[in-house]
Amino acid sequence: MTAADSVAPLDLLRTMRLIREAELRLAQLFADGEVPGFIHLSVGQEGVAAGVCAALGPADTLASNHRGHGHALAKGLDLERFFLEIMGKAEGMCKGRGGSMHVADAAVGMLGANGIVGAGLPIAVGSALAHQVKKSGAVAAVFFGDGALAEGVMHESFNLASIWRLPVLFVCENNGWSEFSPTARQLAATPTALAESHKIIARSIDGNDVIAVHDAARALVSEIRSAGGPRFLECRTTRVRGHFEGDPQKYRDAVDAARSEDDPIGRLERRLAADGVPAADIKSAERDAIARVDAAVARARAGAAPTFDAALRDVYANTEARP
Amino acid sequence: MSEVRFGQAINRALADAMAADESVVLFGEDVAAPGGPFGVTRGLLDRFGAERVRDTPISEAAIVGAAVGAAMSGLKPVVEIMFMDFVTLSMDALVNQAAKARFMFGGQYALPMVVRLPHGGGINAGPQHSQCLEAWLAHVPGLKVVCPATVADAYALTRAAIADPDPVIVVENKSLYAVKGELPESMPNVTIGKADIARPGRDATIVTYGAMRDVSLAAASALAKDGIEAEVVDLRSLQPWDETAVLASLARTHRLVIAHEAVEAFGIGAEIAARMADIGFDELDGPIVRVGAPFMPVPFAKELEARYRPDATRIADAVRRTLA
Repeated sequence: MTAADSVAPLDLLRTMRLIREAELRLAQLFADGEVPGFIHLSVGQEGVAAGVCAALGPADTLASNHRGHGHALAKGLDLERFFLEIMGKAEGMCKGRGGSMHVADAAVGMLGANGIVGAGLPIAVGSALAHQVKKSGAVAAVFFGDGALAEGVMHESFNLASIWRLPVLFVCENNGWSEFSPTARQLAATPTALAESHKIIARSIDGNDVIAVHDAARALVSEIRSAGGPRFLECRTTRVRGHFEGDPQKYRDAVDAARSEDDPIGRLERRLAADGVPAADIKSAERDAIARVDAAVARARAGAAPTFDAALRDVYANTEARP
Repeated sequence: MSEVRFGQAINRALADAMAADESVVLFGEDVAAPGGPFGVTRGLLDRFGAERVRDTPISEAAIVGAAVGAAMSGLKPVVEIMFMDFVTLSMDALVNQAAKARFMFGGQYALPMVVRLPHGGGINAGPQHSQCLEAWLAHVPGLKVVCPATVADAYALTRAAIADPDPVIVVENKSLYAVKGELPESMPNVTIGKADIARPGRDATIVTYGAMRDVSLAAASALAKDGIEAEVVDLRSLQPWDETAVLASLARTHRLVIAHEAVEAFGIGAEIAARMADIGFDELDGPIVRVGAPFMPVPFAKELEARYRPDATRIADAVRRTLA
């Protein structure tokens, strides 16, 4: 498959279901005390991760953010090592050093989720610089929220990508919330206006329509590869849960994912049914995802805790651990 | 053996590294067409082309942030922040991203990147263009920090930094750029973390780095006229620093002075003093004395900055104090 090929809608459904089931399980594990720290879920936003990542090839790189589980899984991160990491185990993909906010996988070009809002932007720009210098034809993509548009490094990154015509796909997941504050109170300009002011071609789409996301991302990635230069895609979406798990959300009315007309999974399922896809195939996406998550969680629960000495040895590549 | 200026030695190191490895790229403010604010990157654009040698906008956060992404994607970026003072604008990329990537991603990514930071110098550049902030960076696990003091080390440490698989900060003292010295035709490999005995002596150890190496040597010459033989240890690398060499010198002299241009309080000298007070306690026959800048911003006026920067007299006085 080349990145320009369209991914079948049923496969997009499977990716979204995997993200949904993985995150709902994480929520349960977090509530039960099996996931330490804190986690940020992307429930309701799965269409963006699934649609965009299906437009990327294996050589394309991806920088993400604190709400990055979906991006990582859609890019092809191993599910067992994903759970092992977030549950803090030695065999986690980051050996239990990063956790939820730092899932990364060099094997699939996943440059890492990131705990600092906006930090992924210049990292993707630098990755795109490497693709350009090496003439690899690869594209660097970066997911960030509307909240990141208020960071100064957004301007620096857009500007640098534009003047150097770097192969970057900037994907803004606009869920309307900058942590606990509505974006309307946070941003003076619209996301696309910010991109366009840097002479970056920008599109804004319904991010809860995974087919629309996929088609738009494919078109923009294709343009980046053929014409060069960055592109910007705003995906308007819905953050169903709080900023973090446990967020009492006193600042907003609750969103019920299951009943939401906007839920990207429900929307695609209805569309597939209308198109005559057998109900068993649609249902199998959910059943298979749950089975995979069950197996991964069982495996992660059995994983060993990381050792402190191994962590101390990995601060540098080639030096002994120091006190 | 040829005589070149300190800045030219860095230039030669950059050119040799770029010739040897096409994944080495250079970017920063005015480093390409203008040849760098201090002329260090002059000629590299012509030799290696606009793909690998690039002028950036005035965007310190994106310069270092892009270096992180480039290093994670197969390049060996060497970036310059025009004055070390401006690294305040790059700190997220350095502290939260570059320093932690290897560790927090479980060793999946190497970050072979170099950030060149001109510091200090006593050139009347005022409070925002003169600071020595290396202790901040040496405090962050995951970063390496080197600070060459000689022409040969300017070359060798720059090459070592580029060859290193971890992010390395190369701190260059602005007062040294024009200093001439010998650059051997065939450079020995320098290991990051090894100190150099700049002058042997039996009576007291002066641990120093960067521009204070020459000032410490001048202090040692003055002390020698009074029959005091001071050993000058040039750290060359601040993170990691050569604890073994400093302890060995202390074991020879039993007196320790630490001299740097940076503010004395909470500086590199504080770390060295604390470690030697611990592992070298039995060797000490006098107080550990630090010489550094006073706890104030770097002042502009000549008379003010001249008194602000440590000089040979202050270092010699510190040696006499620990011998008293």
